[in-house]
Amino acid sequence: MKVLSRLGRLMRYTVAYAAITHCTFEYIGDFVLCKGPSMEPTLHSDNVLLTERLSKHWRTYQPGDIVIAISPINADQFICKRIVAVSGDQVLIQKPIPIEAEFSGSSDNKKKPVMVKDYVPRGYVWIEGDNKGNSSDSRYYGPIPVGLIRSRVLCRIWPISEATGL
Amino acid sequence: MAFRFFGKSLLYALPLGVTFLDCVGYVARVDGISMQPALNPVPDEKDYVFLLRWGTHNSQVERGDIISLISPKDPAQKIIKRVVGLQGDVVSTLGYKHEIVRVPEGHCWVEGDHTGHSMDSNTFGPVALGLMSARAVAIVWPPERWRILENELPRRRRPIQASKNTSNYYN
Repeated sequence: MKVLSRLGRLMRYTVAYAAITHCTFEYIGDFVLCKGPSMEPTLHSDNVLLTERLSKHWRTYQPGDIVIAISPINADQFICKRIVAVSGDQVLIQKPIPIEAEFSGSSDNKKKPVMVKDYVPRGYVWIEGDNKGNSSDSRYYGPIPVGLIRSRVLCRIWPISEATGL
Repeated sequence: MAFRFFGKSLLYALPLGVTFLDCVGYVARVDGISMQPALNPVPDEKDYVFLLRWGTHNSQVERGDIISLISPKDPAQKIIKRVVGLQGDVVSTLGYKHEIVRVPEGHCWVEGDHTGHSMDSNTFGPVALGLMSARAVAIVWPPERWRILENELPRRRRPIQASKNTSNYYN
């Protein structure tokens, strides 16, 4: 009987602390392990970052912020990029190829993509990796909605020798 | 003493409640006429729907599902729409800048049932699946409207060309 009551208490504590952890990570901030070369030289693979989710309530995202966002091409994956332009700014974007060209079978779509100047629409941001040569970002999939952004990177906490604010 | 006990139990209950709402689901009121006649068929009566969060994290949606998503134009706003096309589908649009659209990878095409009175993909284009927050499964209030929301898509809104690999559409 004593074992049972002890087990019950353990369960209660586990559930309570799991809930508190969930709320902290979901609403205040969390730790992110970075993978991949797209943010070099600022961030390297296997760096651990501290991110926060509170400031979005009183400040808007500014160019220069490093953010964690859900990838627009794969909803199960997170990406870590720098905001380059916010809504209203002008960027060079690749002119989209209309699907009619794909079906008409003309050779026009074999040409090199045309770059045109355009504005980032309302509610969207333009993100790019710092490693311009090896990063799939807004230059590939266009501006992403702000709703995809999960958190803003505050500082790097691992490795300790490189712990800095970003 | 009673106050202290109350404070302590609130400290435990609040995270528990928030976690439950985040992981399992919650009830939300539907505003607007964009989903008529499935939701809010009478203008002055608001339906309350149960939004299921459980199992929506791997973003598996089907055509005809009613989903709640963060508006791509305003991150503070949530909208509720029906999924018309999945990634790779070719959809005929209703007043979008291109007449037909191939839904890009990781995106879906959402529309309100009330054609012409809905702010949906025909205005802002395909939306990223990462914006989806929950799936509407049932109307819970008012009681006479109680029902399970069916997965149905009008025949005229089926995609022109459905992508073949919907079962493993991330590969």
